[in-house]
Amino acid sequence: MRRIAILLGSCAMSLLAATGAYAQNKPADEALVEKGAYLARAGDCIACHTRPEGELFAGGRPMPTPFGTLYTSNITPDNETGIGKWSSDQFYAMMHTGRFPDGGLLYPAMPFGSYTKVTRQDSDAIFAFLRSIPAVKQPNRPHDLRFPYNNRSLILGWRTLYFSEGEYKPDPKQSDEWNRGAYLVEGLGHCAMCHTAINALGGSSESEAFQGGLIPMQNWYAPSLTSNKEAGLGEWSLQEITDYLKTGISPRGAVYGPMAEVVYNSLQYMTDADIRAMAVYLKSLGQGSPPGAARATVTSSESSLLLTLGKTIYDRECASCHGAQGLGKPPHYPPLAGNQSIQMSSAVNPIRMVLNGGFPPGTSGNPQPYGMPPFAQSLSDDEVAAVVTYIRTAWGNRGAAVSAREANALRASPLD
Amino acid sequence: MRAKGDSVQTAEPRHKRWHLLGPALSVLLIGSAAIAQTPEQAPDTIQERLLACAPCHGVIGEGTSNAYFPRLAGKPAGYLTNQLVAFRNGRRRYPPMNYLLEYLPEEYLAVMANYFAAQKPPLPAPVAPDTSPQMVKLGEQLIEKGDFNRGLPACMSCHGPNLTGMEPAIPGLLGLRASYISAQLGAWRYGTRTAKAPDCMQIVAGHLTEDDVKAVAAVLASRPAPAKLDPVPKGSYGLPFPCGSQPQ
Repeated sequence: MRRIAILLGSCAMSLLAATGAYAQNKPADEALVEKGAYLARAGDCIACHTRPEGELFAGGRPMPTPFGTLYTSNITPDNETGIGKWSSDQFYAMMHTGRFPDGGLLYPAMPFGSYTKVTRQDSDAIFAFLRSIPAVKQPNRPHDLRFPYNNRSLILGWRTLYFSEGEYKPDPKQSDEWNRGAYLVEGLGHCAMCHTAINALGGSSESEAFQGGLIPMQNWYAPSLTSNKEAGLGEWSLQEITDYLKTGISPRGAVYGPMAEVVYNSLQYMTDADIRAMAVYLKSLGQGSPPGAARATVTSSESSLLLTLGKTIYDRECASCHGAQGLGKPPHYPPLAGNQSIQMSSAVNPIRMVLNGGFPPGTSGNPQPYGMPPFAQSLSDDEVAAVVTYIRTAWGNRGAAVSAREANALRASPLD
Repeated sequence: MRAKGDSVQTAEPRHKRWHLLGPALSVLLIGSAAIAQTPEQAPDTIQERLLACAPCHGVIGEGTSNAYFPRLAGKPAGYLTNQLVAFRNGRRRYPPMNYLLEYLPEEYLAVMANYFAAQKPPLPAPVAPDTSPQMVKLGEQLIEKGDFNRGLPACMSCHGPNLTGMEPAIPGLLGLRASYISAQLGAWRYGTRTAKAPDCMQIVAGHLTEDDVKAVAAVLASRPAPAKLDPVPKGSYGLPFPCGSQPQ
């Protein structure tokens, strides 16, 4: 980041004579600022660009990646340490092309692969909003990347492989509502950042968009949004999807893990119309697929032992909330019978829910969520494997058995 | 957490669930079809919402057999709110707590705090100090008198003559086990537990030696409950120095 700061400094000097940059200083149109504030919520800028207990949008939040730790940047209008000297052209170019005003390349942790779809008009509104917030003088913290990832020119290769520039193009065969949903999901919502598998190069292929993947460093599995076997929403009603996105709970299940942050910081603030548009689009992505044969990682004799133990634990620890038949007490206690999230080929999420428990996000639609207790401290690896195997296979569920080793490996998952 | 996740869902068609409810309907026979079609609901109480806390802290915050998890019941609500906010924001570090609270609004954290503050289960039986008579003497000295020469105020000068704390944000120190107390004093000393500036407890803990911590923890855990367990009202006594958590 130091390099960026230097580059920004020199670029700022070259702008001194130019008047374009200063045109932004005139009182911003209130409606535009308000629209920008809303769109900044849709883009969830605050989640990354604000440190816990830090100044709003002043950056400095560590972002652990497989390549080292990135620190987010100050996007307040401070002239020295923020984006105070940027023009709306430069801001749009950054969103659209992933380049700083001096031509330098952004790390793709900033989801410009999605933000490139944002319209000029919306980009200008977000910029107007960012100009309106209090300027905070807080220098950007240098990134801490390992060799060779600390070489920014590598981003060029990444861009060639994975970045395709261009605003969202409405599909004339679809409704306005569908197109609005697609624009939000693919653009500002940057859902593909997690719901598309990330490969060893930190890239995600467009042809595999929304097909799901393990989120690096966080050890949560972001399920496929296209397969109804995972989080595909083809079988959900629109009401169930909108409840889920806006309040964090629904008759089908509750939001947990990293998605809780998205609902907490972003989706709960979206208008009903926008949430519905996103739901319409997401529902259309879901493709029916016959349940595949379970891919077991444990032998069948081990599996039957697991099941016996698993049922004992389930009846003792889980049934009081989730029901002996796995029907739950929706929306607060999710049903487990027939639950896609539990039967997915990746067992990461159900194992982690048993280990760590969790609260759905507290939202205006569900301000006092019900929490699930953690069991990491009371169940052994064998017991965790047994109870997860049980819920993945009982009541007609078609998940595969999980081993104590898989359960043990996830005990070390970061919790922050 | 800065990314996108997922859901818990059921793909089971609703008609199938209704089918399962068929026998229930036929038993009910009359009238209440609408009720029978509604799946069972979670009780609408704060105790039910906070069952996630129960395995470590007890259903009403009375504590559990695990020596490192503290009792919450009866502590001042302001103190509990401060701790919940500090855990949520990562200022007080304990990953399982940081994780659970990360996406909960402050109003809800205050509701949680009020709930546990209002519970009044009896204290657990005191535990005889597992340490030498000299250490017991040191512990009693620090708790009741402090050590002027080392700039150490008595525990009682802030936590109250009966060690039951003061509203709104100074906690009582009884009913906690020695291992929890020494772990917390250690966390203050090493800076993994901090409070609003001026962080009075960090200043005090910074003056404590390992022996001081052991002695104070053992003696506090051995003190029997006083007749009146409630924290004393705000302003009952003055503090020896300013404290960010308890503005005077």
